[in-house]
Amino acid sequence: MNTLFGEKKAKSEKIVFKSVDEYPEAPITLGTTLSNFTGDWRTFMPVIDESKCIKCYICWKFCPEPAIYIKEDGYTAVDYDYCKGCGICANECPTKAITMVREEK
Amino acid sequence: MPKKVVSGNYAAAYAAKHARVEVVAAYPITPQTSIIEKIAEFIANGEVENLQYVPVESEHSAMAACIGASATGARAFTATSAQGLALMHEMLHWAAGARLPIVMVDVNRAMAPPWSVWDDQTDSLSQRDTGWLQFYAENNQEVYDGVLMAFKIAEHEKVNLPVMVVESAFILSHTYDVVDMPEQEEIDEFLPPRKPLYTLTDFENPFSVGALGTPADYYEFRYKIAKAMEEAKKVIKEVGKEYGERFGRDYSQMIELYKTDDAEIVFMGMGSLMGTVKEAVDMLRSEGYKVGAAKVRWFRPFPKEELYELAKNVEGIAVLDRNFSFGQEGILFNESKGVLYNTDAKPIMKNYIVGLGGRDLTVNDVKTIAKNMREIIQKGKLDREIEWYHLKR
Repeated sequence: MNTLFGEKKAKSEKIVFKSVDEYPEAPITLGTTLSNFTGDWRTFMPVIDESKCIKCYICWKFCPEPAIYIKEDGYTAVDYDYCKGCGICANECPTKAITMVREEK
Repeated sequence: MPKKVVSGNYAAAYAAKHARVEVVAAYPITPQTSIIEKIAEFIANGEVENLQYVPVESEHSAMAACIGASATGARAFTATSAQGLALMHEMLHWAAGARLPIVMVDVNRAMAPPWSVWDDQTDSLSQRDTGWLQFYAENNQEVYDGVLMAFKIAEHEKVNLPVMVVESAFILSHTYDVVDMPEQEEIDEFLPPRKPLYTLTDFENPFSVGALGTPADYYEFRYKIAKAMEEAKKVIKEVGKEYGERFGRDYSQMIELYKTDDAEIVFMGMGSLMGTVKEAVDMLRSEGYKVGAAKVRWFRPFPKEELYELAKNVEGIAVLDRNFSFGQEGILFNESKGVLYNTDAKPIMKNYIVGLGGRDLTVNDVKTIAKNMREIIQKGKLDREIEWYHLKR
């Protein structure tokens, strides 16, 4: 994903250990959030309506993950691999451009 | 071999210096203070190179600093006591969980209230489930030897776990005794520089330490520590044997047996009180009692196999606990009785709670205990399982 602040970091494969012998001695490099997709935790997903977006970037500033990125065209987008669905973006958006939608899995 | 007349605390400080520790982070607490004072003095006098002292505002931070230092590959050391150790408790789990071979000297001191600065093992035994190895020293020499061996054992590739070397408050920490200290070159041969499992200073390959372990992974890491603890038993014996070959004092046994070969009654305990017990054993032997002493050197990992071997050939074991687990019994008694449950060895075992908060255990006390044990064995029946020996009745 290209953003105003350069290329978003490539995602790595989730590390899966099949047997106890495959584990490292110490609990290191279990993978950072590059491989642990915390988006699995979400119940409601934010959906951005670009027609209402005024590019104020309040959602981008408030996202605690951060799972909101600024695209090259200036609009924001949600990275659903990491969005936990907290809804702060939707709550803070001054034009109500973001709605939280119950996710069907 | 140079000899020095030093306190237990100075013995610990010299051992840390001779082990060429690179980072010391500690907070002063009675009766541990003179350990870090001495180390500060080494630095001030320019006697040590490459040693960073980190002054911290609490024991919790002291352990945190040691964890950070150790994770970069440095050899880290700290010392504490009682309430200070309790304040470290949360961090002790991080050190063991991240597999960092930190060595700490704990000066056994009773937990408050009532406020006490005297000897009692409950502080260190309260940390038994943190994943730290625990070595209990009987005298100043063992404090010194214990720290040197602790680094070698902790840093062994099959162990990579932190080690606590435990000495008695005041009985050892502030009393002076002759301690043999090998030449620095000999120690360097015994204890080469550390080869860390990982180092945070590997900037080419960044990684995270102590990251989230979901239910899919946490369990296996616990097993790895459990396995390392089992492996540590072999490593302890190897290192103890090597220490004996190099420096003349053998530590290959996790339980030191004293005159137990034909003993009917064995006194079992940990730390400095076992010096008194050995003295009493000699006297009791001259009075015709068949007694012996079993000093548990390593409480973690617990020397199950050795205890089983010992229990096979004795009629009674008097477990002397300078600690107490409220609502149950003495901690060493609890553990050793548990070990023997699934075995054929079933000696009569009785728990004597002694010396809490620095109360003296004398040779005469041990004689009284021996008489009591003999009566029990003759009757073949316990009078009571737990006896608060010193209680004013």
